Amino acid sequence: MTELAATDPLPKPKRDIAPILLPIAVALVMIPLIGSPSTWLTLTAASLAMGMMIFIMASGLTLVFGLMDVLNFGHGAFIAVGAYVATLVLAPFAASLQADSLWINLAVLAPAALLSMAVSGALGLIVERVLILPVYGQHLKQILMTTGGLIVAEQTLYAVWGPQIIPTPLPTSLRGSFILGDVAIAKYRVLATLIGLAVFIAIQLVLNRTKLGLLIRAGVENREMVEALGYRIRRLFLGVFMTGSALAGLGGVMWALYREQVHASMSDDLTVLIFIVVIIGGLGSIGGCFIGAILVAMIANYGGFLVPKLALVSNILLMVAILMWRPRGLYAVTSR
Amino acid sequence: MMILSGDPPRSRVLTLVLVLVVLALVATPFLFPGAKALNVAAKICVFAALVASYDLLLGYTGSVSFAHTMFYGIGSYAIAIALYGMGPNWGAVATGIVVGLPLAALLALAIGLFSLRVAAIFFAMITLAVASAFQVLASQLSWLTGGEDGRSFQLPELLRPGTVLISKNVLGFEVNGRILTYYLVFAVSALMILALLRVVNSPFGRVLQAIRENRFRAEALGFRTVFHLTYANCIAALVAAGAGILNALWLRYAGPDTSLSFSIMLDILLMVVIGGMGTIYGAIIGATIFILAQNYLQSLMGVASKAASEAGLPLLPGLLHPDRWLLWLGLLFIASVYFFPTGVVGRLRSLGGDKSAGSSH
Repeated sequence: MTELAATDPLPKPKRDIAPILLPIAVALVMIPLIGSPSTWLTLTAASLAMGMMIFIMASGLTLVFGLMDVLNFGHGAFIAVGAYVATLVLAPFAASLQADSLWINLAVLAPAALLSMAVSGALGLIVERVLILPVYGQHLKQILMTTGGLIVAEQTLYAVWGPQIIPTPLPTSLRGSFILGDVAIAKYRVLATLIGLAVFIAIQLVLNRTKLGLLIRAGVENREMVEALGYRIRRLFLGVFMTGSALAGLGGVMWALYREQVHASMSDDLTVLIFIVVIIGGLGSIGGCFIGAILVAMIANYGGFLVPKLALVSNILLMVAILMWRPRGLYAVTSR
Repeated sequence: MMILSGDPPRSRVLTLVLVLVVLALVATPFLFPGAKALNVAAKICVFAALVASYDLLLGYTGSVSFAHTMFYGIGSYAIAIALYGMGPNWGAVATGIVVGLPLAALLALAIGLFSLRVAAIFFAMITLAVASAFQVLASQLSWLTGGEDGRSFQLPELLRPGTVLISKNVLGFEVNGRILTYYLVFAVSALMILALLRVVNSPFGRVLQAIRENRFRAEALGFRTVFHLTYANCIAALVAAGAGILNALWLRYAGPDTSLSFSIMLDILLMVVIGGMGTIYGAIIGATIFILAQNYLQSLMGVASKAASEAGLPLLPGLLHPDRWLLWLGLLFIASVYFFPTGVVGRLRSLGGDKSAGSSH
């Protein structure tokens, strides 16, 4: 132990950059494998966009687990609910969406997304109060309760909207691609990437630059200590849970527009995907979740292009490889 | 007592119900003529065994696996592909069993060694991921599995409905290959459930319960918990694959919807929790209630839905539609996790005044 003088700056935690380099390395390795640089650029842009959407959906799950040690198996329900609620706005204003003006289109999309987030967030409030509150600290019951919640939510969606697939076509101004030389990048993917980056930066700023963020990070580290200092961690958690649910709703809207359709079973497929992302990233880590989401999307896009047959199990292989390297995920945040 | 491994139902009502269920299952071919009753009875047998094997994991080790249908599916597909490829003979049946069971056990070993080492919470998520990948794989490898259509096949001569073993004028009713198949399903399911009862009441089963209650302490006592959990995972996978084989033999078909889909996994979860976790007997009760409800309650819901729509009520027809019966089961599931974590069996036991039963979970 070296002695520290009072004037010395506090020792900085060591930066762990290996996980950050990983997606970059994957992308670089893929250049010679794919051959054509323009295809590579298109695929990389597609991975980034898909990764951002997955990140938005998964961020809430990882935060909730990190903060309160609650694993929400029903997280996918918020995604589906968000997507369905958006159709309530998108369908009546279909004409405005067909207008060839970015501003008119956005004027419909933004309220749709906000409404979805509000409804998902409110649903988060109910789920936390009704399903999760009675079973804090009991993993087994949490899994069972939230799985039950997922069934009920999914079935209610079926009951209200019916089993058919609802189309959600992209607005006219977001169709097509930007063409740069011989590289085509879909417009909607650019928008998705921007929104994803904005959410990531916003979460990072709140977590690292505000008192609220300080409390949340402290809660992840040591819950009892924060409580002992007189903060109501339950309320903090409720806030995080609702934010996470609202983000899942936003992700659901974006995913619905990306796939241009809404179906109640979308929550099942996405649940698996975001679980893989959250495991890869390390439960509770936002940075890890971000990298994990990009990695999963990269594997899906590059893999789908190079060896389509492998795309089915590629996520599992990725997860196995990452866990072999770091058994607790890219960034192990919690001591649990 | 020997046959129940010294673990009787410990409740008069429960014993009575169990005896009634078993007697009804034995007598189904004669009491309730018709294909539907026999199908329901066979499904109860298969699911009782499947759910009991899941109970070994969920109720006795406290680990939630979402890959149980995968093992069920491996059994189903192994026998289906063997009988489809090699023709309807006993050699094919043997091949299916010899390939299917070890395959399921090996996969369970791999998953267990991989995911039970790291944090326990990973197990649920990793099994979910692996199971969904397997499901996609099964529907994509259509040259082997028949894709979404699955594989239909013929049974060996002896087990076909056309084979009359005892003709009608001897006993008053016909005993044919179909009824023989039913009794095969019944007997093997019963044997597997009794074997599981033996497992959970062995010293090994006690260690599993110790791990469930406090893994750290069990480890401190010198038990290699990863070994025990993985071993339990393999046994559960073997029984699940066995149940899958029976199911495929009964249906003469294996496909994604009947053996792999995520909704079957949810059904199993519901049956375990409603019946009572950590009791094995709960599996029989849960499977019986659930499958009877699935087959007979749904038609009631249809009637109610029609009545509601004729009365012009909003939303109710949709909520009461027969396809939405899972909604109500989901609510029942949540309520039973919350209010009766010990399920029907636990309730009956504590009603009977046996105080030790209530603390079993």
